[in-house]
Amino acid sequence: MRFGGLKAVDDVSFKIREHTITGLIGPNGAGKTTLFNSIAGVYTPTAGQILFKGERIDGLPPHRIFHKGLVRTFQIPRPFPEMTVLENLLVVPPSQCGESFWNNWFQPARVREEEERNHDKACEIAKFLNLGHVLDLPCKNLSGGQQKLVEIGRALMADPSMILLDEPGAGVNPSLLAEIIDRISELHERGITFLLIEHNMDMVLNLCDPILVMANGRLLMEGDAQAVRSDPRVLDAYLGGEPEATS
Amino acid sequence: MTGIVSYLVFFSILASIYSLMSLGLNLQWGYTGLFNIGVVGFFAVGAYTFAILASPPAAGHIGGFNWPFLAALIAAMIATGIVALIVGIPTLRLREDYLAIATIGIGATIQLIANNMNWLTGGPNGIYNIPQPLSAYFSSNLGYNVFFLVMIVVILLLAYWSLERIVHSPWGRVLMAIREDETAASSVGKSGFSYRLQSFVIGSILMGLAGALYASFIKYISPTLFMPVLTFQVWAMLIVGGSGNNRGAILGSVLVWALWTMSGSVVQAILPSTLQVKGGAFQIILIGLVLMLVLLFRPRGIMGSRKAVVFAGESKTVSGE
Ligand SMILES: Nc1ncnc2c1ncn2[C@@H]1O[C@H](COP(=O)(O)OP(=O)(O)O)[C@@H](O)[C@H]1O
Ligand SMILES: [Mg+2]
Repeated sequence: MRFGGLKAVDDVSFKIREHTITGLIGPNGAGKTTLFNSIAGVYTPTAGQILFKGERIDGLPPHRIFHKGLVRTFQIPRPFPEMTVLENLLVVPPSQCGESFWNNWFQPARVREEEERNHDKACEIAKFLNLGHVLDLPCKNLSGGQQKLVEIGRALMADPSMILLDEPGAGVNPSLLAEIIDRISELHERGITFLLIEHNMDMVLNLCDPILVMANGRLLMEGDAQAVRSDPRVLDAYLGGEPEATS
Repeated sequence: MTGIVSYLVFFSILASIYSLMSLGLNLQWGYTGLFNIGVVGFFAVGAYTFAILASPPAAGHIGGFNWPFLAALIAAMIATGIVALIVGIPTLRLREDYLAIATIGIGATIQLIANNMNWLTGGPNGIYNIPQPLSAYFSSNLGYNVFFLVMIVVILLLAYWSLERIVHSPWGRVLMAIREDETAASSVGKSGFSYRLQSFVIGSILMGLAGALYASFIKYISPTLFMPVLTFQVWAMLIVGGSGNNRGAILGSVLVWALWTMSGSVVQAILPSTLQVKGGAFQIILIGLVLMLVLLFRPRGIMGSRKAVVFAGESKTVSGE
């Protein structure tokens, strides 16, 4: 992926196995978020291919990729600020009957029924993420950490097969972080595949296997926690390397 | 006494027509964030379509179809919807300013067509003898106007009820999500274009409906009735009443229309005859002033607040963590 003259993600090639929590680490400006945006359809890669369940998805718009079961969260949370937590969750379920203008007129009972089902599901997910007590608050009134949880909640409302998490732990207080880690491993056990960008090394080393390391737009290495910890190139990338970016 | 009553009836009919327009604009702007500054264009399409289809034969322009009221009304709404599709399809995929430019353009274009395509619109002379529904059954003018008021209020209530229902449905929720953050909405699978287009077309159809009712009520239309100031009025109504709130849209319409007509009378009473023609400018300044005051002291308008978008009734809060 190239922005003008800058190759933000260059020659990065990897596979993610199903039912893993794959970690993606690297210093700021390494190109991790850009990689996410390319996978999720925000950017069309200037070269290369992206396959999801054997199907090419590069070049598809984000909403189409969502419908394939691949959902992402944002590094800086993007809840719908004026809408309540509940509404944020209720927006998500794909292909709702009531999303069609006419169904609201001609099949109100079906819409209502589905709405009640989604409502129960949203309450359950909110409870699971410890958001039960703020369901009716507009998202703009939540703390940054809670907004990250809303993003995860939105992702869960889609029953996705894979979730891309962009720094779910950044700016989150330690007790909330522990909770997020718990939730991710629990969801992983339920069968969801994760690709996780994170700077918190404890979190990554405990949760993720394998771990991908990026630096300067390139894939530096791939391996388990042990391998990453002992690879001198990783340390080098974080400490030395080009004194380039903060992003 | 009957003078006052008949004036109030007349006032209320026009206030209802404006209310229909600001309800349409509220769907577009208040709920979807679409910047339509060509309201008058859609109003005119509805008015002219209705006038052409419903009128008896007339020299100089196409007509004489004598369509029944309801059929012409529906045709006017369909015609306005088609114009909205033509404007919306190419522009609603692009950045939002393109819609603004296109809608200014459509407002101006429709006025030009009204003024110059004589065979279609009667040109500057306009269209006469536009029929009023069931007018044969009434002997007095006032009696008929009361009937017309009842009819238009029923239509207005129906429009209000339908809009309330639809903006509080899952459909309206998606609309709101797209307005709040389109990138986030597309990340949860909602494509902005299709919803923006639906909202734009439905809102415009309401404006066209208002135009058709207007044509039928005043029985005679000409291009001077469709000046850009009308768009300004409707925007002022929506913002004063409270954008994003359907009741606010109606309240704002009544208030601003009252202010507009009263200031018109004041202008007539106090300005010397040489300055009368400039009276319209005074009215615009006054409304502009009110608009600024509202924006200063109640930035969300008089009624500006919103309720939750939960279709299944009030939301149950989960207790006990
Ligand atoms: N939209 C963009 N336009 C131009 N350059 C960008 C854009 N997004 C990111 N970049 C650049 O791409 C590089 C990688 O950024 P990013 O993917 O955000 O890194 P990371 O998430 O790993 O910290 C940085 O140098 C950044 O400045
Ligand atoms: Mg990043």
